[in-house]
Amino acid sequence: MATDKKLCLSGRGVTKVFGIGRQKLTAVDHVDFDFHEGEIISIVGESGSGKTTLAKMLLGLLSSSEGEIYFQGQKRDIRSGRKRQEYWKNIQAIFQDPFSAYNTFHKIDTVLLDCIRMRGGKHLPQARKVELMEEACGFVNLKYAELTHKYPFELSGGQMQRLMIARIFLLKPKILVADEPTSMIDACSRATILDYLMKLRDETGMTLIFITHDIGLAYYVSDTVYIMERGRFVEHGSADSVILRPREPYTRRLISDVPKIHEPWDLSTVVFA
Amino acid sequence: MPNPILEVRDLTTRYITRYKESVYAVDHVSLKVEEGKTLGIAGESGCGKSTLALSLMGYYFPPLHYMGGEILIDGQNISGMKPDVVRKSILGREIAYIPQAAMNALNPTRKIIDFIGDVVRAHDPSWNRQMIYDHARKTFEMLGLPAEVLQKYPVELSGGMKQRTVIAVAVILSPKVLIADEPSSALDVTSQKMVIKMLRDMMESGFIKGMIFITHELPLLYNVADEIMVMYAGQIVEHATAKQAVFDPLHPYSKGLMGSIIVPESGLRDIKLTAIPGVPPNLKNPPAGCRFAERCQYARAVCRGTSVALSAADPNRLYRCVVPEAELRRLYQSGD
Repeated sequence: MATDKKLCLSGRGVTKVFGIGRQKLTAVDHVDFDFHEGEIISIVGESGSGKTTLAKMLLGLLSSSEGEIYFQGQKRDIRSGRKRQEYWKNIQAIFQDPFSAYNTFHKIDTVLLDCIRMRGGKHLPQARKVELMEEACGFVNLKYAELTHKYPFELSGGQMQRLMIARIFLLKPKILVADEPTSMIDACSRATILDYLMKLRDETGMTLIFITHDIGLAYYVSDTVYIMERGRFVEHGSADSVILRPREPYTRRLISDVPKIHEPWDLSTVVFA
Repeated sequence: MPNPILEVRDLTTRYITRYKESVYAVDHVSLKVEEGKTLGIAGESGCGKSTLALSLMGYYFPPLHYMGGEILIDGQNISGMKPDVVRKSILGREIAYIPQAAMNALNPTRKIIDFIGDVVRAHDPSWNRQMIYDHARKTFEMLGLPAEVLQKYPVELSGGMKQRTVIAVAVILSPKVLIADEPSSALDVTSQKMVIKMLRDMMESGFIKGMIFITHELPLLYNVADEIMVMYAGQIVEHATAKQAVFDPLHPYSKGLMGSIIVPESGLRDIKLTAIPGVPPNLKNPPAGCRFAERCQYARAVCRGTSVALSAADPNRLYRCVVPEAELRRLYQSGD
C-alpha cells in the first residue's frame, strides 16, 4: 500500500555526533528511512534515544554529521538562508511545550496573520484574511471572535496546542513534525489533539511525523511505526505489525511499560537502572 | 474493619484572589484511606486535585485558606493547626508529599546527602552526620536506589533517577501517608514504571501505610489505585473501586473521561475516542445546579436548577447526579 506512494522524505546513513574525542556521543547512528506522502509515521523510543535530534535534523535546525536527507527524491540543500526559508515552507513543527512556543508580546491575530503572510497572502483584502483565520480556528474548534484580542498566556495548554494546529492548517506544509505534542497536556485533551492531527492529514494530505515515547499514542495515530533505540532504528513496519507482533525485545519492553487496562501490567520485571 | 489511616470529613478550602473573590477549589470533600490501600484521584487540569493535596497536608499559605472540615491522620486531627506547626511536626513524619515537578525540587548546588541532612535536621536537630548518612543509606538501599547517589549532585542524575531520589527523600522520616501528585507525568514510560514499582514496593513492605495518587493518566491510575475518586470543579463526582470506575462509570463526566483512554491493545484503533466538549466552569461563580450540566450530553432542566448531592449506588460507591443509577445505565447503553 505504502510502496506505490511517492517518497516525501528519506534519509541514508543519517548520523549526528555531538562533541569530540573522549566526549564523543553519537546521538543518531546511521539511520535509513523512507517517509511516504500522506502517511503518519511515528518515531518511538525512550528518553535519550535520539528522537528529538533526528527531528531537528529533519527540520534543518541541526546539520547532520554524516549521511544525506532527500526531500521529494532530491538531495536536500539548505546551506543558504534563502534556501532554508524555502524549505521551511514545506516542513513545519509542533513542539512539546505549547507555553513557550508563542511570542508572549504578540496577540493571537498576529500569530495567525504571520502564517498567512508566509503563504504569500500579505496583500489579500482584510475580509479574506479574517475569513481564512476563522476557517483555521474553526478547524480546531476554537472561536476566532473570542481569540482575536487575546495574548497566548490567556489560553489553556490544550487551547494553545490546538492553535498550533490551526497555524499548521493555514501554512499547509507538506510535512509536519510533531515532537511529543501531547506530553504537556491533560490526558482528557489528548484525544482531541490527536484527532485534529489525523484530520489535518486527511484533509490536506500532509505527511505527519509523530515523535513520542508512549507507544500507545503511536499505535492510535500512525500508519507506520519506527522504533528507535540508542540512535538506531531497531524495528519498523506498519503499526499493527510492530505493536501487535513485535520482534525486538526492546519493542516488547516499550509495550510492556505502558499501563494497560484489559491486560495485567506486570511490575515484577522492572529492573532499577 | 481496619482503622482508616487518613480520614477527611467535609473539607472545604478556598483561594482568595487579589480582588477579594473566593474560589472554592475544594468543596466539601470527604475521603478515607484505609491501611495498605491506595486512593487515586482523577480529573482534568484545574479541577482541584493539587489544591486538595495541599489542603490535606494542612499547607495553608495565602492565598489558600482553610474554611472547614476535619483531617485525621491516624486519629490525630491536624485541621486546626497553624501551617508553621504543621510544617515542623506533621509534614515528613505523618504525611509526605511528592510534587508534580519533583525533579526541580533538588538544590543544584548541594549533594543529595546534604539535602537529606537539611530535611532531617529541620525536624530533629539532634541527628549527627553519621546517623543521617547511615539512615539515608539504609532507606536508599531498601528502595532500590544505589547508595552512590547520595554523594552526587542533581545534574549528574537522569530524570527518572532524580524523581526516585526525591521520593526517597520525601519518605526518609517514614511518614504514614504519602501524597503523590503526578509523580510520573514528566517521565518517559520506562522511568514511570520504575517509579510506580518503587511506590508499590514501599506500600507492600509497610514502609508507608497509605497513599493518595493523583494523576490524569487513567490507565496508570487503574493499575496503581484500589479506589478511584473522580473530581470535577472542586467536587467529588464519583467514588468507586478502580474496576468499577474504569469499566462501569456512573457519572457522565467519568464516562467521558474513560472514553479518552489510550492503551496499546489490539482493539484500540477501532474505537473512536471521545473527548468531552467545552471547558470546566469558572469557580469564582460556579453554576447553581450541577457543575457539569453545561458539558453533559444527558443534561436536562432539573440539572441546572438545584445543586446535586452525592448519592450512593451501593455502600462503597458514590456519584453526584440527579439521574438515578438504573436510568443512567439505560442511557449509556442506548448511546453506545
